[in-house]
Amino acid sequence: MNEILSVDDLVVEYNRDGTKVRAVAGVDLRLEKGEILGLVGESGCGKSTLGKAIVGILGAAEGEVIFDGLPVKKLTRGKRPEHFRNLQMVFQDPYGSLNPRRKIGAQVIDGLVIGGMHRSKALARAQELLATVGLPADALGRFPHQFSGGQRQRIAIARALAASASVLIADEPISALDTSSQAQVSNLLVNLVHELSVGMVFISHDLSIVRRISDRVAVMYLGKIVETGTVEQIWESPAHPYTKALIAAIPHADGRSSMPADLPGDVPNPMSPPSGCRFHPRCPLAMPECAVVEPEFVTLADNRQVACHLQKAGQEPVSLELIPRVPAS
Amino acid sequence: MTLLNVSDLTVTLATSTGDADAVRNLSFSLDGGEILGIAGESGSGKTMTALSIMGLLPYKGKASGSINFDGKEVLGSSKKKYQHMRGKEISMIFQDPMTSLHPMLTVQTQLTEHMRYHDKMSKSAARESALKLLDTVKIPDPASALRAHPSQFSGGMRQRIAIAMALACEPKLLIADEPTTALDVTVQAGILRLLHQIRDERNLSIMIITHDLGVLSSLTDKILIMYAGSEVESGPARELLSNPRHPYSQGLIAALPGASREGKFLTSIDGMPPELGNFPSGCAFHPRCGFAEDRCSVPPIDATVVSKGHRIYCPVNPFAHDRVEQS
Repeated sequence: MNEILSVDDLVVEYNRDGTKVRAVAGVDLRLEKGEILGLVGESGCGKSTLGKAIVGILGAAEGEVIFDGLPVKKLTRGKRPEHFRNLQMVFQDPYGSLNPRRKIGAQVIDGLVIGGMHRSKALARAQELLATVGLPADALGRFPHQFSGGQRQRIAIARALAASASVLIADEPISALDTSSQAQVSNLLVNLVHELSVGMVFISHDLSIVRRISDRVAVMYLGKIVETGTVEQIWESPAHPYTKALIAAIPHADGRSSMPADLPGDVPNPMSPPSGCRFHPRCPLAMPECAVVEPEFVTLADNRQVACHLQKAGQEPVSLELIPRVPAS
Repeated sequence: MTLLNVSDLTVTLATSTGDADAVRNLSFSLDGGEILGIAGESGSGKTMTALSIMGLLPYKGKASGSINFDGKEVLGSSKKKYQHMRGKEISMIFQDPMTSLHPMLTVQTQLTEHMRYHDKMSKSAARESALKLLDTVKIPDPASALRAHPSQFSGGMRQRIAIAMALACEPKLLIADEPTTALDVTVQAGILRLLHQIRDERNLSIMIITHDLGVLSSLTDKILIMYAGSEVESGPARELLSNPRHPYSQGLIAALPGASREGKFLTSIDGMPPELGNFPSGCAFHPRCGFAEDRCSVPPIDATVVSKGHRIYCPVNPFAHDRVEQS
């Protein structure tokens, strides 16, 4: 078994005005080497919080994250155990994640030197890494502002590789980039996963990119995973109404000028999540029991997992097309 | 009927290395009730085009050429004239509704301000009108929304409020600069529907600026694609998206994740867009173009008509030949 990362019943809480808010409310995930897991959901669903908790930037209230056999502890000011150097994160904003006053070379070398490499050797290695991510050799002596957004994101990726990452948590790594840089950076990430056999959690609100590059997809809503399966399963026959709504909302540049379907309402406040199924107030297929009983996360016959009262454990997924819509009262 | 006619617009900005043209000889027109989409990557000059129509260019920015709106020349108008026009005849919404709304003022104050300024409405009449507007943009419970502050709304709701503000004085033209970029895809779909509906109901012209070709596909009647301050291709939306002819447009469309189903790698355009002040001569795309020939770097680059209303600026035009012969 190639499992490199597992998340078990993870709960992450924020303290807001003395009340505990569960941003991540019990999540299970598995990631293998060389696998790309797409994590999608609307803003506020807790996907970034989950990403930060996986690398230990945030502490877990309950549950645990196991990386390569050992539980991840919350980061402190002290030095992190050697073992976790290979668990790295790439952030959305490459402007905020690089120090504007230090040269690129110095920032990439940091990871190598802290890892015990001698400075002179580290310089040569940094040059290799920058070449790996497709930057010119003179990039070492330049400052972050001298690069475009796409190039900065490459630098951020090079820094993660400097620590010889075996798991990358990439939080919206291409969202802030232009269309042509998006394709370049996305290709770079896919390439690294394949060549270095890295496992990657690719966090994004954009299902169309997730569909292209991921092996498996997990759909998150208000702190919980509502459906997880292979890209084909999720895309061709979504079993959860929320997954279906997300897919229907994507606009297509096919020139057919079809209007995407909107999902009325907003993600509810996690301070007071709805009773029963958390999606029921916005769900076009909601039934009376959905407001009362929280659906269990069950495994269907095709091996995907979903939390919806319409789907039954061990059975084939019920197609959502066949279910008549309940008119809004 | 033509509402907006921009011809030969050039926008010059002051940079640390001297003046540079951010928009170069741009010409387009927009009819009443039409939706035009302007697409391009950051730095392509699409926002500067919009700001020059609004008279809101940054400090030391200069525009030349002609912008004719509703039969009048707008370019070079006095500050006062622009002030009468902005919000009244042309209004604009921006990417981030949190920064375009004042955080300390109630929705009512912000929504009624320009109705009272432009249309000299009484406070109570403006309030009535504001309630109707909030209903138009589908804000639930408009009466209590008027008393609330922007922070009490979600991103999508804020953008709806910004749209209500823009519609308050019944403008003829709405400029929307990346109106859905900061929103979730589910919320974005709602805003796109709303804009479409408003156009149908009010015969409003909309100019939408975005880098998202999917958004353009659902909303627009025609599309203009910009690169390094110049037009590379324009035409009817369906025609252009299903049959792009300029190598840059073809590259942009091919780079979309939904473009094909083969494998995990996306088609990408090598290199990066040029920086302001460093635009290559002739066709600015030629250093990145797979079809470039020597003549591509020699200005001027003339337009080639592909079909009715569809033109490209490409001297090589590798794909258009067969097409032109057919038509």
